[in-house]
Amino acid sequence: MSTLNQTSRRDFMKLAAAAGGGLFLGFNWSDTNAAPVVVDAKQIAAGSVKFNSYLSIGSDNIITIVSPNPEIGQGIKTAFPMVVAEELDADWKLVKTVQGKLDNAAFERQVTGGSGAVPHSWERLRKAGATARHLLVNAAAAKWGVPAAEITTADSKLFHKASGKSAGYGEFAEAAGKLTAPTDIKLKDEKSFKLIGQSVRNVDNKNIATGKPLFGLDFYREGMLFAIIQRPKAFGFKLKSVDSAAAKAMPGIVDVVTFENSVAVVGKSTWQCKKAREVLKIEYEKAADLESSEDHNRIFSNLMDNGEATVRRKNGDVEAAFKGAAKVIKAEYQCPFLPHSPLEPMNFFAHVREDGVELVGPTQTPDRAREAASKITGFPVEKISVEITRQGGGFGRRLSADFAIEAVHVSKLAKAPVKVIWTREDDMTGGTYRPAVRYRFEAALDKNNELIGYKLRGVGINSGNPTREDNFPSGSVDNLLIDSVEHKSAITTGPWRAPITNFLAYAEQSFIDEVAEAAGKDPVQFRLALLEKAKKSPAGEVKYDVDRMIAVIKLAAEKSNWGKKKGVHQGFSVYFSHRSYVAQVGEVVVEKGKPALKNIIAAVDCGIVINKSGSLQQVRGGVVDGVGHAMFGNMTFKAGTPDQSNFNGFRLIRMNEIPEVDVHFVDNGISPTGLGEPALPPAGGAVANAFYKATKQRLRNQPFINEEAFKGIS
Amino acid sequence: MALFKLSINNRAYSADVEGDTPLLWVLRDNLGLVGTKYGCGIAQCGACTVHLDGKAVRSCVLPVSAVGKAKVTTIEGLSEKGDHPVQKAWDEVDVAQCGYCQAGQIMTAAAFLKEKPKPTEEEIVGAMSGNLCRCGTYHRIREAVKVAASKTN
Repeated sequence: MSTLNQTSRRDFMKLAAAAGGGLFLGFNWSDTNAAPVVVDAKQIAAGSVKFNSYLSIGSDNIITIVSPNPEIGQGIKTAFPMVVAEELDADWKLVKTVQGKLDNAAFERQVTGGSGAVPHSWERLRKAGATARHLLVNAAAAKWGVPAAEITTADSKLFHKASGKSAGYGEFAEAAGKLTAPTDIKLKDEKSFKLIGQSVRNVDNKNIATGKPLFGLDFYREGMLFAIIQRPKAFGFKLKSVDSAAAKAMPGIVDVVTFENSVAVVGKSTWQCKKAREVLKIEYEKAADLESSEDHNRIFSNLMDNGEATVRRKNGDVEAAFKGAAKVIKAEYQCPFLPHSPLEPMNFFAHVREDGVELVGPTQTPDRAREAASKITGFPVEKISVEITRQGGGFGRRLSADFAIEAVHVSKLAKAPVKVIWTREDDMTGGTYRPAVRYRFEAALDKNNELIGYKLRGVGINSGNPTREDNFPSGSVDNLLIDSVEHKSAITTGPWRAPITNFLAYAEQSFIDEVAEAAGKDPVQFRLALLEKAKKSPAGEVKYDVDRMIAVIKLAAEKSNWGKKKGVHQGFSVYFSHRSYVAQVGEVVVEKGKPALKNIIAAVDCGIVINKSGSLQQVRGGVVDGVGHAMFGNMTFKAGTPDQSNFNGFRLIRMNEIPEVDVHFVDNGISPTGLGEPALPPAGGAVANAFYKATKQRLRNQPFINEEAFKGIS
Repeated sequence: MALFKLSINNRAYSADVEGDTPLLWVLRDNLGLVGTKYGCGIAQCGACTVHLDGKAVRSCVLPVSAVGKAKVTTIEGLSEKGDHPVQKAWDEVDVAQCGYCQAGQIMTAAAFLKEKPKPTEEEIVGAMSGNLCRCGTYHRIREAVKVAASKTN
């Protein structure tokens, strides 16, 4: 358990005074050996006392809370400060939230990914608030000459009931800042939370609704140049030669620079760069196989039967179980590549100066951008600053540092501050896609229709391990084999919101539905029976919380009135991912002979809900994302070149296509376990299973819109 | 290059650009009005929506030479204090996730409500389905348009 460091804290006070109040010094919240570092004074109100890396209190009662992790739409810039404010008993109306810069000395894990920010920081944030509150109480106790234990706090105020004394936090901020911070601090009882669990509006609502410059693409700097880059048009090409004479002669063009396989047109405006790029004469040569989607289908079939598989999990004797089975069910499921399509395309600003590098932009991993810049320029990381802008979506795309690397290269070569901008076409055809995968599931039932054997083979293209071998139903089947084969391709892939599980969950939950039907059992009861088995006589290790999974299944069944609605075809799905549990029921109604997805009922266990409004929308948005990409998302290739390059060819879900989404949270008091991703994985399965009920046709391939069941339905 | 005189948010601007430059990029790169967003460049997503004489248009496919004397309104000029009923509804309903598409959504909604102050839900969905939201805030956009409609009348 980490505690405040008393020596650094005193150092901070001394140095802050020496700096004349213009600069504030922070220190690592958890690493007691870290040296104090200068943080950006502009972000903190004048006259504020900094209590720790997260928190400053001004004499005017304004509390400034720094949110260190990148905001990509997951609501962290609102949720993180709420946690600090809760323990501080702060008046939320007086809280100012600022986005922290990359600062390894002050913060750990400045990453947005894996739904991990809140689980990682939950206790740190609470302690930051609780410690400051403790110091304020003690400062007031000393001044008022009353026992600290008799002082209560609420809404940024201190009260002493017996003497009738009260004061705002601002009044005691300076005195509290001089006190020695406790090495251990008692946190609130979760039941007494006042702010956590409430609906708090996004702290940037007003800036968003009035068009303030918040995003990376909105960042402009005096003298800054723009760059649009031509990357190889096919995966598998490498650069052979460039003739940039015509491009250089175009209006507004300052330079054309080449690095690796990229040619960057640098100029005075986005449009001028875009037009000049069109007249570049570039020759490429083949460096790897130029694959088409037909090739991928052949590769899947071949590797499924003949590939050398890596065993991921094995329990019992699968061969024997299948040999002795009364019934064997077998099905294959396939998913295409997907671009992330954040609405703000990739972009990044870099200024490689003589004395260091300045980076500004939308990245989920600022640390990675800085490491890469250090490698390219030779500057140590201390000479490289990274400012994190608000980001127009991430979905995993901004975990990669490729666009920041490009900006550093271009700035270095053009010797100017440069912002690299990707067009939508660049963004969609530029790779790091969700990998395409085919799964083969096999299930063995005995004569009592008990599931006695289970096999899953995943074949993926640049997928790494396309299975999650320890997820359900592992642990509930005595004889089980999960293995995988990977094909290496020139088409680049990367994490895409809920990596792997964003399609594995759908395939697995659809297949479980097939098995339940073959066993003549209700899909909900079938899952519950398997989980009871995992609890009572587990097959190998069970790495998910069976009770939490059972609870969301029961809640979703209850809230959807499972199996009891007339004229409504329901499909069930449940998944554990990123530490959280989500069950969903899809509801399809047949209107004029056509099946239509009307509702999704979601039961969610992500532990304590911090911001009710943000969390509710996070689940709805996750479901819409999951449904939309399952229905429509499709990326295909011809000779290494993507067939889709913009939203005219690549279909994203629109308002007229969404189901209603009814969200229910489990209230179990468990520390938050993450919510950026877990609502997405179960959506595809809930939809596919509901459509099956309505049409008797299984949806075994994404996008569903291309399946036989949808012929004639737009 | 040519000098284009533009009336934007009731102010006079001029920009020395090529005539085929989309209004979007003139706003962003030349005039510092970055509230209007680039999303697709082909009028598919609506992030770049502005008003031209009160009508919603996609500024990413509107060459600056075609603007002429028309009055342009961007998100920055929708209201003086950010208190247009649609902007207020967006806050009240807490619509935004990442927020990138919302300026375009708000501009589309504001133009729509001016034409149809009392829309049905079906009409709202029809009017707003041209704007993409990758985060999937559609339920709240729909709700916020309803709220804005109820407050303007």
